[in-house]
Amino acid sequence: MQSSVTQPQSATPGSGGPPPEVGPPPRRSSGRAWEWSLAALLLLPNLVLLIVFTYRPLLDNIRLSFTDWNISSPIANPVGLSNYIEWFGRDDTKIILRNTLVFTVATVGISMAVGLGLALLLDQKLKGRNIVRSVVFAPFVISGAAIGIAFQFVFDPQFGLVRDLLARIGVASPDFYQQPGWALFMVTVTYIWKNLGYTFVIYLAALQGRRADLDEAAEIDGATAWTRFRRVLMPQLRPTTFFLSITVLLSSVQVFDIINVMTRGGPQGNGTTTLVYQVYQETFVNQRAGYGATVATVMFVILLAVTVVQVRFMDRGKQA
Amino acid sequence: MSTSTIVGTRDDEQVPPTGGQRRRRRTSHQVEASAHHRGPMWTAAGYAGMVLVVLVIAVPLFWILLTSFKERGDIYVRPAQWWPDPVTGQNYSELTTRIPFFDYVRNSVIITSATSVAKIVLGVISAYALSLLRFPGRSVVFLVVIAALMVPNQITVISNYALVAQLGWRNTFQGIIIPLAGVAFGTFLMRNQFLSLPGEIIEAARLDGAGPMKLLWRVVMPMSWPTLVAFALITVVNEWNEYLWPFLMSDDETTAPLPVGLTFLQNNDGVTNWGPVMAGTVLAMLPILVLFLFLQRQMIKGLTAGAVKS
Repeated sequence: MQSSVTQPQSATPGSGGPPPEVGPPPRRSSGRAWEWSLAALLLLPNLVLLIVFTYRPLLDNIRLSFTDWNISSPIANPVGLSNYIEWFGRDDTKIILRNTLVFTVATVGISMAVGLGLALLLDQKLKGRNIVRSVVFAPFVISGAAIGIAFQFVFDPQFGLVRDLLARIGVASPDFYQQPGWALFMVTVTYIWKNLGYTFVIYLAALQGRRADLDEAAEIDGATAWTRFRRVLMPQLRPTTFFLSITVLLSSVQVFDIINVMTRGGPQGNGTTTLVYQVYQETFVNQRAGYGATVATVMFVILLAVTVVQVRFMDRGKQA
Repeated sequence: MSTSTIVGTRDDEQVPPTGGQRRRRRTSHQVEASAHHRGPMWTAAGYAGMVLVVLVIAVPLFWILLTSFKERGDIYVRPAQWWPDPVTGQNYSELTTRIPFFDYVRNSVIITSATSVAKIVLGVISAYALSLLRFPGRSVVFLVVIAALMVPNQITVISNYALVAQLGWRNTFQGIIIPLAGVAFGTFLMRNQFLSLPGEIIEAARLDGAGPMKLLWRVVMPMSWPTLVAFALITVVNEWNEYLWPFLMSDDETTAPLPVGLTFLQNNDGVTNWGPVMAGTVLAMLPILVLFLFLQRQMIKGLTAGAVKS
C-alpha cells in the first residue's frame, strides 16, 4: 500500500511543481489542485466512517424515536410523540433518572476528588511513589467486563472478599446482589476503582506542569496551606478540572460493561438501570427499538445541555 | 518524569534563604498548617496513604488471582480461606473445556489488531491532511472529526445495529470492525503532534522537492514516533477492552472477543462456580497488564497529551 501511494506524489514535483526558484506564489497555485485532492483522498475514508457510523445514526436515532420499530421488523410505523409521552409518564423513568444521577455524580465527584488527592500525594517526594503511581493507574487499562465479573465475586454476599473483610470487624455484609441501593453502591465503587487512574494521571500531569513559583510566593506572603490550595493551586488546575469534568462525565454516563456483567440493571427490575442500560434493554431485550431510541435521544439532549452548562460555567470562571 | 524539580522547589530545604527567613517568622502563627505540610508527621501520613492506596487496588486483584488457584470447595467456605490449599490448575483447565476459550482469544486478537491498524492509519493520514496540507474548509472538517468525540456510542448503536444487520454482517468480523474504525481522538492527538513540529524543517523538506507522502513518511513520522506509539497503545488497549458493540454483534465463539466470551461463561457459571470464571478474568486481564507494565509511560503520555492540549 505504501509504495502505491508514494508513486503519484513522487511524480508531482516533476510534472506540476515548478522548481523553487520560481517563487512560492506559482508553486502554490499549481500545487493547489493536487494538494486539495490529496487532502480529500486522505480524509475521505475516516470522514465516511464517522459520517456513516456516528453522525448518520445520531440523526437516524431521532427519526426512530418517533416510531414503534422493534429492531427486527422491516417496518417502523410513525407514532408521533407517543414514545416521549410514555417516557415522561412512566414510573420507572424517575428511578432510572435517579440511578443515573446518583451513579454519575458519585463517580465523577469521587474519582475527581480522590484522583486529585492521590496526584497531590504522589507528587510529593516519597520513596516508591513511581510504583504506587503504576498501581493506581493499572486498573484503568483492564477490561471493564473482566473487572465487573471479578468484582461481582469480590462483593459476593456469601463468599466474597468484602464479606470476609467485614466479618473480621464483626459487621454483616449487606446483600449487594438483592438490595437495589447496595447494588448501585457496588457498581459505583467498582467503576470508581477501575477509573480512578485516569483522573489521577491527568491531574498529576497538570501538577507537574504548574508554576511552583506562584505557590512559593504565596507561601512567602504567609498564605496557609489551605489558602494556597484554593487560591493558587486550584485556579491553575482549572482547565484540567474542566477537561476532566466533561470527559469523566461523558464516560461514566455511558457505562455499560460493568452494569451488564454485574447486575444486568437489576435487582428488582431496575435497581441499577441507568439511561444507557435502559436504551439497551428496551431496544435489544424488550425489542422496543423505537422506545429505546427515545431514551437515547433524551439522554443525548441531557448530555448536550450539561456540557453547555459546563462550558458556560467555565467561561464565567475565566472572566471572574 | 520531570517531577523532581517541581517537587523540589516546594520542599523545605530548597526554599531560598530570604523566603526561609520570612517563612520562619510566619511559622509561629501557622504552626499547625506547617506541621501538616511537612515534617515527619506529614511524611508518615504520606506513606500511610500510599500503603492504603496500594492495598485498595491490589488486594481485590490478589484475591481474584488466589481464587483462580483454589479448589471449588475452598472457594465456597466461610470464613474465607485466603491461600489456596492445595494449589490447583483445575479452574484453568475447566475454563478451556467449558468454553472455547482460545477461540475468544483468537477473535480478540483479530478484532484488536485489525481495528487498531485501521485506526492508526486513518488517524495518521487524517491528521496529516488536517495539519500540513492546505485546502478550503480545513477547520470545518477538523471540527466534524473531533465533534464525533462528543457523540456517545450508546446513542448510535441502535441505528448501526440495524444497518449492519441489514448488510448481513452480524457475527462477522467486518461487522464488528468497520463501524469501530472511524477515529476522532487519534486524529486530534496526531494533528497536535504534527502542528508542534518545527515549520522550518518541513519547509526545507518541501523545498528539497519532497512530495507530500515522502514528507509524511520520511520527515514527519520519524519526528513523531513517541506520540504515535502513545496513540497506538491507547488504541490497542481500548479495542481489546471494547465491549458493547461486539457484545451486540456476536452470538457465539465465531466472532465474540474475550470480554464477551467471559460474559457467556459468567451467564452459565457465575456465582455458582466462581473458580473457572476467576481463571478467565485473570487470563483476560493478564496480557494488557503485562503490556502496561512495560509501556505505561507511553500510554500515559497519550492520555495526558490529549488532556493538556485541549
